[in-house]
Amino acid sequence: MDNALQILTEDYNAIIATFLMMIGLYIVMSRAHLIKKILGLNLFQNAVFLFYISAGKVGGGTAPILTGEAGAIYSNPLPHVLILTAIVVGVATMGLGLAIVLRIHEAYGTIEEDEIAQADIADDTRDEDRE
Amino acid sequence: MSALLHPIVNVALLTMLVLLALGIALRRDLFSAAIYAGAFSMTMATLFLLLDAPDVAFTEAAIGASLTLILFLAAMTRAMGSEKIAAPRRLMPILVSLLTGAFILYGAQDLPPHASPAAPIHLHVAPDYLARTQEEFGFPNVVTAILASYRGFDTLGEVYVIFTAGVAILALLGGAGTAGARRRKP
Repeated sequence: MDNALQILTEDYNAIIATFLMMIGLYIVMSRAHLIKKILGLNLFQNAVFLFYISAGKVGGGTAPILTGEAGAIYSNPLPHVLILTAIVVGVATMGLGLAIVLRIHEAYGTIEEDEIAQADIADDTRDEDRE
Repeated sequence: MSALLHPIVNVALLTMLVLLALGIALRRDLFSAAIYAGAFSMTMATLFLLLDAPDVAFTEAAIGASLTLILFLAAMTRAMGSEKIAAPRRLMPILVSLLTGAFILYGAQDLPPHASPAAPIHLHVAPDYLARTQEEFGFPNVVTAILASYRGFDTLGEVYVIFTAGVAILALLGGAGTAGARRRKP
């Protein structure tokens, strides 16, 4: 119990990152609308960013821009670089996801997952009837 | 910033993030959900600034909050902007999310304490980067030095990914003659 309380006070950032990730995962699984699913993925991704940047924080430190003062404490710059890259890659992949959604909308006239599945089933049965 | 104020602002911003995330999850109207997502990214950028990552904060504000929002709004003007009310699947996603979260929190017990200077992540290559940047490059921003030089291949890979995504988007949306076709018939 003592251990649990310690985690709650010291690792609030990690707990919230986990919670945000859970919400993102829930959106991706429970919603049928494809754009909403991508919003959920975006949320999931941001939770991971939060976790990384929190891990890079050093208590009492400043941003990793050298001041020239002796003995200055800086936060870890490495997670910052990784997440900078990840944000830009994230927007590129998300744009691709949205493009696929638009293409699906063009072909099916809907972007609700269950309606797409129904249209596919209807297509298959029509093909079988023809054969 | 004073040592007392820092954790308070941290907790306030994190709580706000959770509320905004719940807003994204619960709003059926996608326009509202997208605006919530923009506010979420902006809050996240503020939090990054608090966690000593100004470069990431700038990028998140410029790309996460604005460009992403613009892409979502652009997609929504071309496709449907609102969800159906019917949501048959409720229980299973909640169970899976809770289980995943429980596993992660169980694993998080082994994490070093937040902001601890003795955490393994701070003892590996980071001190080396911090010590050498001024002398090897002559400018003070360590993040830029790592991004463009020490780990320049990562950034090159990033450029490849963006290029590939751009080509794929053009192939998906720019091509004439595929419009309306559902699938290739043999």
